[in-house]
Amino acid sequence: MSVVYKKSKLLTDTPFHYCPGCAHGIAHKLVAETLEELGQEGNVIGIAPVGCAVFAYNYFNCDMQQAAHGRAPAVATGVKSVYPDKTVFAYQGDGDLASIGMAEIVHAAARGTNITVVFINNAIYGMTGGQMAPTTLEGQKSTTCVYGRKPEINGSPIKVAELLATLDGPSYIARCALDTVKNIRAAKAAVKKAFQNQLDGKGFSLVELLSSCPTNWHMSPLEAMKFVGGEMTKIYPLGVFKNID
Amino acid sequence: MSEKKLMKGNEAIAEAAVRGGCRYYFGYPITPQNEIPEYMSWRLPEVGGVFIQAESEISAINMVYGAAGAGGRSMTSSSSPGVSLKQEGISYICGAELPCVIINMVRGGPGLGGIQPAQSDYFQAVKGGGHGDYKMLVYGPATVQEAVDIVYGAFDKAEQYRLPVMILGDGMLGQIMEAVTLPEMRKPGDIKVPEWATVGTHTGADRKIINSLYIEPDVLEALNRTLYARYAAMSEAETMVEEYRVSDAEVIITAYGTVARIAKSTVDILRAAGVKAGLIRPITLYPFPSATYRAAAKKRSVKEFITVELSMGQMVEDVRLAVNGKKPVKFYGRSGGNVMTPEDIARFVTEGK
Amino acid sequence: MVEFNKQLCKGCSLCTESCPKKILQISKTEINDKGYYVAECVNQQACISCAFCAIICPDSVVTVIK
Repeated sequence: MSVVYKKSKLLTDTPFHYCPGCAHGIAHKLVAETLEELGQEGNVIGIAPVGCAVFAYNYFNCDMQQAAHGRAPAVATGVKSVYPDKTVFAYQGDGDLASIGMAEIVHAAARGTNITVVFINNAIYGMTGGQMAPTTLEGQKSTTCVYGRKPEINGSPIKVAELLATLDGPSYIARCALDTVKNIRAAKAAVKKAFQNQLDGKGFSLVELLSSCPTNWHMSPLEAMKFVGGEMTKIYPLGVFKNID
Repeated sequence: MSEKKLMKGNEAIAEAAVRGGCRYYFGYPITPQNEIPEYMSWRLPEVGGVFIQAESEISAINMVYGAAGAGGRSMTSSSSPGVSLKQEGISYICGAELPCVIINMVRGGPGLGGIQPAQSDYFQAVKGGGHGDYKMLVYGPATVQEAVDIVYGAFDKAEQYRLPVMILGDGMLGQIMEAVTLPEMRKPGDIKVPEWATVGTHTGADRKIINSLYIEPDVLEALNRTLYARYAAMSEAETMVEEYRVSDAEVIITAYGTVARIAKSTVDILRAAGVKAGLIRPITLYPFPSATYRAAAKKRSVKEFITVELSMGQMVEDVRLAVNGKKPVKFYGRSGGNVMTPEDIARFVTEGK
Repeated sequence: MVEFNKQLCKGCSLCTESCPKKILQISKTEINDKGYYVAECVNQQACISCAFCAIICPDSVVTVIK
């Protein structure tokens, strides 16, 4: 009798507050499992954003700092300055990273700061009740674009992975999805590669994870996952956008 | 060993910070404090520290948050508009009970304002420019030497009270060159990493969390009370004020920072002209030396107070609060970056304009 | 063989969808302390311990044993 799969040691015992079927929980597991497999227990400092994952400091079993909205990359940069040999990651949502925190993420990437950013793209502001995000799809409804996002009024979705991949600083940038077991496994490999780059001192790494928000998309968890796989991947193609050797 | 040098204010402050144990500086260009990041950019690497020019003052203060939360002695500097951008970060730093040092070389405002000296950020510094109830330990040094001595000890104070120490300077303090005696470099051995810092080695129950989110009202109220008890203790122990020729003074001029040096000359001018003037110079702006004003206001010899500032009148309100109506408190100020002369002040004292 | 930490389950049914053997369902009778109908395995013998359910579960409810 051997254990094939169990909860990672890099997660605390605190149950997640996330909604049923929310992909944040899956992303948390990938980060925790990867850090455990890379032997980083007791060598990690994580930065929590403002958004649904603001309570991540209760979930990751490591020293944590909670950053002001959008500033996690800057906080992580500050931490990494003090402990260059510690593994430092920033966990952010799309409102946190691609809206208020766009300057911070772009410059952390441009500086090549040797941190890993786990970026949850669920095309909506979750914690505050479903407002439009920079990543909201064209035509997608939200509480601040009730008739569906119209580019001429609300602008168009921002493709963060491609955007950051134009910079020389990053060592690894990928986009994956958390909608199926197959994609989750690929996502875990990407997260692991991102952290491995940090351990190897290659510089800034980021993985964008297409995620579901059943509650604010007004879908069941299953429908939401289908939306991720069916609709979001059309606008946000999966793949590796930067990978220095 | 300490050494005596002729240094520009900004550079002396940067060197004092390094000697005081600062190893992490995050800044952004803005006149009139540019020499601080410039100096730190080559000096910190010399001592194994880290200098980063951030993409904005907002990012810089949040880098300070991260480095301070990890236990590193961290500093940022800016000038008025940039310090306005840091206000949210400062509120977070206070809410998370983090130590750091912030330099504000104040310039004329509001808006883009000017680049000449001013003191119009007093309210922002001592009343709190960010959201929520919080305080910083705020100093208004008058000379480069005083600024050096304060900054040198600022990191210890910040760690003792777990809050930002702000140095409220101005364009003059930053740009003038004066002879300074630089204290010795603090030996790394005698600076301990605080036990609450996220050094990255903790798991399970002894994990360290740097956070200012308290979703339960009772917990957040308890934090507010803890902070204010700390501020009260700080007020008892840290209030600093200088009194000059006040014992028999009939008119008390009060000013801080470089303006206090100008006012000191005015006192001498007036004394020579037979007017019994004295000076009260707050060195800590928060905690404000209210007791000193109360005591002076009780003295029969004291007829009035005249507050002199490079603003439209900010500290004057705290003077009025302290004097509490016992004696008249007048205000004389210049703004926009203009600086009054000792004679200007003397004329106001004698002619009221 | 799968073990469910039922108190953590939110009845989101992602696991029931991903199980290749279709042996997981959301119970119609059993409710956990939070009031969710919890996921359950109806035929442990048919379980091939592929861990698909555990991988997609957002709340680390499932432990898989072979």
